[in-house]
Amino acid sequence: MSDRPLYTEYHPRWIRTRMSTYWWLQRRSYLAFILRELSSIFVGWFVVFLLLLIVALNQGESRYQEFLAWSGKPAVLALNIVSFFFIMYHAITWFNLAPKAMVMRVAGTRVPGFLIAGSNYLAWAMASALVGWLLLGE
Amino acid sequence: MADRITLQVARYRPEEESAVRFQEYEVPCPKEWVVLDGLNYVKDRLDGTLSYRWSCRMGICGSCGMTVNGEPKLTCATFLTDYAPGPVRVEPLQNFPVIRDLIVEIGDFMRKLATVKPWIIRKEHEEKPLSEGEYRQTPEQLEEYKQYSMCINCMLCYAACPIYGLDPKFIGPAAIALAQRYNLDGRDQGAPERLQILSEHEGIWGCTFVGECTKVCPKHVDPAGAIQRYKLDASVEWLKSFFMPRGA
Repeated sequence: MSDRPLYTEYHPRWIRTRMSTYWWLQRRSYLAFILRELSSIFVGWFVVFLLLLIVALNQGESRYQEFLAWSGKPAVLALNIVSFFFIMYHAITWFNLAPKAMVMRVAGTRVPGFLIAGSNYLAWAMASALVGWLLLGE
Repeated sequence: MADRITLQVARYRPEEESAVRFQEYEVPCPKEWVVLDGLNYVKDRLDGTLSYRWSCRMGICGSCGMTVNGEPKLTCATFLTDYAPGPVRVEPLQNFPVIRDLIVEIGDFMRKLATVKPWIIRKEHEEKPLSEGEYRQTPEQLEEYKQYSMCINCMLCYAACPIYGLDPKFIGPAAIALAQRYNLDGRDQGAPERLQILSEHEGIWGCTFVGECTKVCPKHVDPAGAIQRYKLDASVEWLKSFFMPRGA
């Protein structure tokens, strides 16, 4: 790059339009993206909820029962239901995006995207089945 | 089908006005006409003062990118009949300063493009002499980067990227895709140099994967995919340098 002055960079006659604060409402795909970003908060909440559960469990039967009573309150229940849908949205979009970042080759040919996404879904289903078996299989 | 369609064209003449205004032109609308044909008709027959860029009118030169009904498009590949009965709103590419009418200032992109060193880099003393001939590649090696080499620098991806709109320091989709084009080229040895530039905050990590760049790309380059792959590579490199600081 030369040392030429960038004399046109702040040319006063150029029109520069600022992006609207509500840019994310202007296109459906932008809204989907912002909802996905927002879903991270709910993912974080589920982690905190799980940690609280473990702490309560560790503190004995009565604290565990207290925790269960607290999590059954309508407000907590509502938060968890909303969180559940956001986490589903987060997980599904995440798995659908996986083929974009992962390029795998088997014997010289590129593995098609749906197989990469599919293997993620399969792993998800297997993990869910394992958890389900642990909880209900007894 | 109507044989004419109205173009609502954004006009900005800095010596005469201080804001963008829209001017309407009625142009013929045969089925083979693209938006660029409509603009050329305006320029030739109706209003010679209209300014816009174009060159090849066949999706190769990347000059005629504009915003058509809110979407970044190559106007040479966007048919008027798809917008019938109209009107068709033609504006300059978003996220760039407007110089005049439909012409945007592209210096920012050109400077960013140069920073990622989009050319083949060989390590010092590893360039073989001309007498030894060219560096040959197998079709598989070509396939590895071919998709990214299709970029025509039309900047539609920058116009679609809200991150670039919000943070003009972000190096942007096309520049990263082109860096990846050379990183994946078997003849190139410049990946570590490019990684230094692109692993900065305004490089790959500025991207939050909105994915619009890939959707609007007229050449199916998939810049969003290139950036995510690059993030994966950069993370692996970081892990390597963390656990094996003296090299593998």
